[in-house]
Amino acid sequence: MNDGYAVRAEALEKRYGEKRALDGFDLVVREGTVHGLLGPNGAGKTTAVRILSTLIRLDGGRAEVAGLDVTRQAREVRARIGLTGQYAAVDEVLTGRQNLEMFGRLFHLGGRRARARAVELLEQFDLTDAADRGVGKYSGGMRRRLDLAASMILAPAVLFLDEPTTGLDPRSRGEVWESVRALVAGGTTVLLTTQYLEEADKLASRITVIDQGRAIADDTPDGLKNLVGGDRVEVVVAERAELPRAVKVVARVSDGEPETDEDALRVHAPVTDRVNALTEVARTLRDEGVRVEDIGLRRPSLDDVFLRLTGHRTDVPQSKEASA
Amino acid sequence: MSAVDLTGPSRHGRLYWLLADCGNIVRRGLTHYQRQPVNIAWQLGFPILSVLLYGYVFGSAMTVPGGGDYKDFLMPGMFVMTMAFGFINTATVVVYDSTKGVIDRFRSMPMASSAVVAGRGVTDLVVACAELGIMMLTALAMGWRPDGGWGFLAAFGLLLWLRFALIWIGVWLGLLVPNPEAAGGLFAVAFPLTMISSIFVAPQLMPDWLGWVAAWNPISSTAAAARELFGTPVGGGDSWVEQHALLMAGVWPVVLTVIFLPLAVRRFQRLSR
Repeated sequence: MNDGYAVRAEALEKRYGEKRALDGFDLVVREGTVHGLLGPNGAGKTTAVRILSTLIRLDGGRAEVAGLDVTRQAREVRARIGLTGQYAAVDEVLTGRQNLEMFGRLFHLGGRRARARAVELLEQFDLTDAADRGVGKYSGGMRRRLDLAASMILAPAVLFLDEPTTGLDPRSRGEVWESVRALVAGGTTVLLTTQYLEEADKLASRITVIDQGRAIADDTPDGLKNLVGGDRVEVVVAERAELPRAVKVVARVSDGEPETDEDALRVHAPVTDRVNALTEVARTLRDEGVRVEDIGLRRPSLDDVFLRLTGHRTDVPQSKEASA
Repeated sequence: MSAVDLTGPSRHGRLYWLLADCGNIVRRGLTHYQRQPVNIAWQLGFPILSVLLYGYVFGSAMTVPGGGDYKDFLMPGMFVMTMAFGFINTATVVVYDSTKGVIDRFRSMPMASSAVVAGRGVTDLVVACAELGIMMLTALAMGWRPDGGWGFLAAFGLLLWLRFALIWIGVWLGLLVPNPEAAGGLFAVAFPLTMISSIFVAPQLMPDWLGWVAAWNPISSTAAAARELFGTPVGGGDSWVEQHALLMAGVWPVVLTVIFLPLAVRRFQRLSR
């Protein structure tokens, strides 16, 4: 009855006064997949998740989760979903175990099953050692894993992860990604919102890009990356006079046309073999005595996707990595 | 994936789960106190300190209209003040839960959402009983000697009745204020409101207009009624509201509940907007 779709939203509308948080938003998520919902702050990601998880009412359109209508069958939907992220939290005073037992009882498992399920989840999310410590003393990554565990108590058919790694350090981020992969291997469908193309690319098999309350693209990660091009090598020179030489060096390793930003004294170009390209460029620049401020590899960011799709930038800073 | 059977059919009806959910929220609230016993010390610290300050520092300079020892007059007022400040605790917990997303998690679960608020209320009443117990032991140690029997129980009941009404103000404010820090500011509002009442000083000793406000302060009626029922000096004036303290101690909480319960419920429902 849900034809293989865990989430199906059609023409969702949500208004806050004059502002249209969602403006005809469509989304389908296949069962058993991770689906990324990618967009900058204020694009409507969280509003969409809050509607699909029955937290707020929609003003127009319709949405089904696990084959159930989010408006008319809200209670049934709630028994089949989990929610983790910015807006769903755990109790910081209680211990990890007390949290999971409390949520288990509130999921109507009864005391005995709630206790057993808590033990199981603590084990699964690698929190057994910290089980009887207050959550206030947990690290960000541990708290997010407990948050995930609390969402998984009923082994829900659909799990909503609203920016699950925002504010986490890289190591905690990796831990959360690992947990999400394990859940999906167990058959859960995940809808993941994120501001990071890299995160969507790592986890999702399909990505919907959202801007100003509308879906503006729906594609595989590779499809989106092809749209914006792959990795780029980037060189910032010390003086304008050095630019032409830098362009020549970069062009040698690139398989595309280098682009120049005269004001920022910056040259960048697409590359395929990223590490070799970087090494080659760095060596050649040094050998030829070009004075360089900065050199690095840049992965396509959400900003690049947006620029390509909409012609305008987001206000999210570009994620830079591996500056050398 | 799970060795625990998660699909067992629910053998119980809606009312059972409402009560069970409510009980689990109460359990959570009480576990908080168990894990942070210092919180109860904070909540009791101020009234106990006030008893000592007013009782011993100002006590000798204070008079009670109609005669009687000031300490005996003060004690029931302190019980009322403890109840009155309780709404700050309610508001603090609610604002914390709503801003940190705990209420959202509850609302995304198949539990009864009214249990979130009802459970908070029951927790607060249980805590209020404990607070009153400790306050009364302190008062007894300082030489306060109330009448026992039904009058005592009735006074205890009226104090809890006031606390019950203040739950709804607390829930409403908790959903209204933007962050936990702002909830701390409620104390600055609550303190003058408890001063302009019959808690510390009989209204007839105040300037006329202020005495009138103090007499009509809902918590004054509870204080006067409790004094009457404890058999301790009342210090009551001639105004209608002071002459009908017992009646008004029953009526004021009804009025407060009628106003603030719907406001609190509406605020809670607005979370879905």
